[in-house]
Formats: sequence, C-alpha cells, structure tokens
Amino acid sequence: MLLIKGGRLVDPASGTDSPRDILIEGERISAVEAPGSIAARNGDVQEFDAAGLIVAPGFIDMHCHLREPGGENSETIETGTRAAARGGFTAVCPMPNTRPVHDNASVTRSMMERAQSAHTRVWPIGAASIGSRGDALAEIAAMQKSGVVAVSDDGHPIATAKLLRQVMDYCRSLGMPVIDHCEDTSLAAGASMREGPASIRTGVRGMPAATETIGVGRDIQMAELTGCRFHVAHLSARGSLEMVRVAKHKGLAVSCEITPHHFTMIDEEVGYDTHRKMNPPLGSRDDREALIEGLADGTVDAIATDHAPHEPATKEVEFDRAPFGITGFETALGLALELVHAKQIGLARMVELFTTGPARVLGMHRRLAAGESADLTIFSTEHRWTYRAAESASKSRNTPFDGREFRGGPMATIVAGRVVYRR
Amino acid sequence: MIHPETSAAAEARVAPAETVPFRFNDLLAIEPLRADEITFLLDQAKPFQEIQHHPLKKLATLRGKTVGIAFFEASTRTRISFSTAAARLGADAMQLQAESSSLQKGESLLDTVRTLDAMKADCIVMRHGSSGAADFVARRLEIPVLNAGDGTHEHPTQALLDALTIRDRLGRLDGWNVSIIGDILHSRVARSNIHLLSRFGCRITLCGPPMWVPPELEHLASGGEPLRRVSRVEEALDGADIVIVLRVQQERLHEPKLPLDEYVMLYQLTPERLGLARPGALVLHPGPMIRGLEIDPSVADGPQSCVLDQVTNGLAVRMALLFLLIGHGGEGFPAKDNS
Repeated sequence: MLLIKGGRLVDPASGTDSPRDILIEGERISAVEAPGSIAARNGDVQEFDAAGLIVAPGFIDMHCHLREPGGENSETIETGTRAAARGGFTAVCPMPNTRPVHDNASVTRSMMERAQSAHTRVWPIGAASIGSRGDALAEIAAMQKSGVVAVSDDGHPIATAKLLRQVMDYCRSLGMPVIDHCEDTSLAAGASMREGPASIRTGVRGMPAATETIGVGRDIQMAELTGCRFHVAHLSARGSLEMVRVAKHKGLAVSCEITPHHFTMIDEEVGYDTHRKMNPPLGSRDDREALIEGLADGTVDAIATDHAPHEPATKEVEFDRAPFGITGFETALGLALELVHAKQIGLARMVELFTTGPARVLGMHRRLAAGESADLTIFSTEHRWTYRAAESASKSRNTPFDGREFRGGPMATIVAGRVVYRR
Repeated sequence: MIHPETSAAAEARVAPAETVPFRFNDLLAIEPLRADEITFLLDQAKPFQEIQHHPLKKLATLRGKTVGIAFFEASTRTRISFSTAAARLGADAMQLQAESSSLQKGESLLDTVRTLDAMKADCIVMRHGSSGAADFVARRLEIPVLNAGDGTHEHPTQALLDALTIRDRLGRLDGWNVSIIGDILHSRVARSNIHLLSRFGCRITLCGPPMWVPPELEHLASGGEPLRRVSRVEEALDGADIVIVLRVQQERLHEPKLPLDEYVMLYQLTPERLGLARPGALVLHPGPMIRGLEIDPSVADGPQSCVLDQVTNGLAVRMALLFLLIGHGGEGFPAKDNS
C-alpha cells in the first residue's frame, strides 16, 4: 500500500483542485480523501510526502517514436519509456514508422511483449496502410485486437484522399481515431524549415504554412464525409488551428495536438541548428501565439512530444541533410509549466492537456477515484532544475533544450501502483 | 621563380596594418560585417590589385602555409581564383573536389574536413551546396574557414570583389541605385551583395520572375529601408547606377521549369533596356555568363560591362583575405568563439 499525503490534487475529470490524500492498494486507487482522513492501517503502508506538489492523473504522450523494432541504435522501448517515465508520462503511444513498419498484428504482439518490461504503459499506434506506403489498408482490426489504439502513417500523410476515406470509414466502424501527419508533399519536398523571412535569410529551403493547412483541410472534409474521429498530429500553423476550431463548432469529431517545441520556439531561432529541425518545422511568431491561444481556449486537445530520437552522428551534418525530429519526453512538462508561469494557460488546463485531453481522443478515460488504475503523475511547479542532455535516459541527445533552466518538473511517476520514477 | 627585389618591394606594401579592425577568425558571410570592416577588407585588397599587374606576381608572404581548398560543388572559376590567390602568396594548396572525394563514397562532411585539418591545412576555403555548411565546419574546426559559397546563403568574396570593382569605377560605394536582376531567391551572390551594399546606403531594387523574388526578401537587409521589388525590368533599370545581372541557374532549380524564351523576353539585359539606366551605369555579372539568356552579348562586351575587372579583383580580394586570416599566425585576433 502506498499513501500519497499532503499533495494538491488536480483532476480535470472531476474538476477537483484541492488538497487530497490518495491510498493505492496493489494496482488500483482505493481511496481519495481529505487530508489526514485516510485512517492509519496496520504497518505496511508506505508514505509519499507530496506536500507542496501537484498530484495529477497519469500523463499520456499520444505521439512519440520509440524506434523499436529496427532503430535500436537511437532508442528502444526500454530506454524510451525510461525517459518517458522521467518526464512524468505513464503511457506513451509510439508511432508505426519502425523497421519493419508496424502495419500488422505480429509487430503489435512483439511490441506488447517487449512492453511488459517497459517503464510506462505502451499503447501503440498502427500504420493505416501497408508499409505506410499509401496503397492498401493495413490489418487495422487485427492490430486493434492486439493493442493498437489508433492508426496513422505518421512521418507521411495518408497518401490520397481516396485511401483516407477508406481508412476513415473502416476506423469509424472500429471506433478508433485516425491520426494524420497533415502535409502537401509537393510543397514539403526538399524543404528543411518553415518558409518565411528566416528561411530567406539563411538560404535554407522552406515550406510554407500552407503545406500543413492544405492537408488539414482535406482531412477535415473527409472526417465530415465519413463521420470518423480525426486527430491532427503535431499541429503547427495558425491556419490549421482555425480550421480545427471551425470543425469543432460544427460538431465534428476533430481534435489536435501541439508539441512543446512548437509552442516554445519559432523559425527565427532555427539558424542552422539541426536540433531545431523537425517536421512540421517551427512556425512563425504569429503561429506560436495562435497555438498558445488554442491551448488556452480548448481548441487543442493534447500536448504531445513527437519524441523523435536520432543518434548523434545523424544530426552532426549539414542542415539540409539532417533528419527531422528532436527528443521531447523529459522536457515536455517543464516547457508546459513555462506557459503556466507566464499565465498563458491555467494549471488545471495544462493537466487536462496531458491527461483527459489525449485520453478522450483515444476513447479512454483518466481520473483519480477509488477503483481506478493507480496511474499518477506527481510534479512540482517550483522546483528549479537544469536539463542536461548528457544525463538523459533516452539513447539519443538530439534536444535543443540542453542546459535550459526550468521551474517545475516531474517528481514521481506511478504506473499501476508502482513508482517507476522518483526524483 | 621569385625575383627578390620585386618580392621584397611588394611585400613591404602589403605589411599588416597597425591594428586589425576585423573581429572574425573566419569569413562566413557579409551579413555580420559592419561598414568599417568591409572598407578595411577592401583597403587590404588594394596592394594586391597592383600585384596583378606586375610581371612577376608571386610573393613569399605565405610561404610554408597550406590552404585547403575543399569544393563540394562543381566550380571552375572560383576554385581557380582561390588556388591562384594562394599560389601568388607563396602558399601551397591542398585541393579537394567533390567528384574525386570520398564524399562520393559516403564520408560525412565533418570527417572530410577533419582530414584536411589533420593534414595541417592553415585554413579551409570551402564551397558547398548546403546553406550553412561553412558555418557548420567553422564551429567545429580551429582553423579559419573562408566561405566560397554555401548553398543559397552567401558568397562573401563575390560581394567584396563586386564592391571593389564598384569603388574603383565610381570612386565610392555609398548611396548608389543598385538593381539586381534574376533569380534572387536562389542566389547567394544576391544575398551577399544585398547585405554589403545596403550597409553603404545603396537603394536596392530587385527584379525577376515573381516566384524568384518573394516578398520576404524586402526585409533581408537589417536596418534601413525595405528593399524595393518591381516586376518590370524596365522599371527596375530606370535610373540605376549599377546593374547586377544574375545567372539563370538551371541546375539549381527544384521548381517546375520556367519557359526560358519568356525569361529572355521579360528580363534579358539588352542595350535598349540598359539605356534606361543612368548614362555610364555599371553592369556586373558574377559569371559564368550565359550570353543570349540573361544578358545580350553586346552588353556583356560593352564599355559598361565590368565582368573582366570583377575576375581580376577576385584574385586581389582573395589574396587579401588569405593574408589576413592566416598571414598573422593568429596574432591580433581574438580567440575563436565556437559557442
């Protein structure tokens, strides 16, 4: 038994934001009570002093890359979930762009097998098409049966509107969301950053914001046609957010996520730093403002890291030759708290973006109540610390936030009653 | 063979200035340079201009030094210019060309330039197809890096030799009306020239097919007025003191192709169009020229054309830079900031 005492419980599902003690027995929460009112029981209760800390439902990262199978030099399910646990995440959703591509249930089963010894829950996302090549539907129902929670051809958009329609029709009947990396590939071809004054200055080939908005527009129209739940991965442009807002007003089952790097950095900061190269690329100052508005006003459903590890040599090259992507598990909460400290979003709203928001997209629930699975994230809003990439639990070091000083961050991560990380 | 008297006399003239107002250990771009630093570099080139007209052109100033010349992109003119500049300073050149290099075998840029460093080159002159490649190398090597063109970013020695040419012909750099015609978006020459000439208060007009002259270019030069973009070449040339014609880089286009006949019709610098500029306006072209495409042959060979002066001045500017960056053995320079 584990008694978490003296913390401030922030639970978006019940609207709670007040001091509570939580008792965990085995894998489940057995009591959530006012401070001091959980009766002392005999002997074997471990106590966790959460005084001054926030106790929240377990954080979910609905977009990451664990690179296993096939990319074990840059990350494995073990190292990736260890980094995720250190970032406060209790569940992560790895994208299917592994080698081989996660497009069938035997890959799902082997991942779930490996995930038995992972540090967090692993809820994989399967490929929408075979090999993510955009030709034919993958074995979506079989993958779902083995543990897949959504489909996506992430890294690429689902290739054609016709295939997207099939995928959406299929997934609607399965009750599964379709997640798309929205992009017009002809505009993205050869580009390494967002097109704008910054790309013009450095001479780096850029892609305009329309590269993403064209894709979002196509997908929302298809979601309307099919009635399928559609989720925009790593949304980065004001225009995309506005389309999602309109779609939500119309009552469509459309949702979106934003990464910490897109709400923290802008294209002017890229220079030739390959640790600031990702796809979609960092947007303009105006885009960043729009994203923060969307985080605050409820248009955005989730903060997701798009944790994309790459071994050092691959990023130690010319800017236009470097692969896209940066790591993100360990810095996500610290960066989100920067928005809270700047009073751009409230603390409860931030917790929602890490918990009930992504859970709702995935058709799950997340709350702190007796009988629920004991998945909790305990964090500080004040603890001062400096991120050191060299000390990361990830196998990779490709972060632009090395040396950044944070105010607040994860203090303990609990998955099914087990403390998987404690600072 | 070096004539001792000529050499000694020439070397006396290129003796270093008392103080070197140049803050950099590398020359990667024009953008970070101030006007006084640019003027200093042009002044440094002056004695080297004279040497080009000596019967004996070789100095011993950099004898024993080695210049690594690493070109990862096809080039003849700039590579020969740098090689000759090194030779005329008495330095040895270590040549690396993309076609023959191990890059073809998959070696990384970093490993390739580290090899040159390990062979104890005293500086690296590099050209590369990726924007930022010279910056990437400069941050990782101690020795000076001289950017001979990086992708579509900058080509700083081209802008310096253009400025030297303008100053010689017109007496000063300040305040001219400069029109740049062609594919501005993909031109490193245009970027370096825009940064340099705007430092001296030149009013710059950009003209070319609209997808090659995007609005974001207007704010390329920090400070000062936004650059003017015009779509008609006649309007761009009206009242110009200096016309910089860019090459149509057919090999660099990722885009759908333009009809070249229409380019000629709309943008070619013809004698009639040049007549709209101020009398005696200068015509510059970074080369190689494609006669009959971006420029009419009679303009290329006409009295207003500076193209051959540009080539000669290129040698002087490159000699001055090599002398400045490696001739001092590091003295007088701040420690290299690799942050």
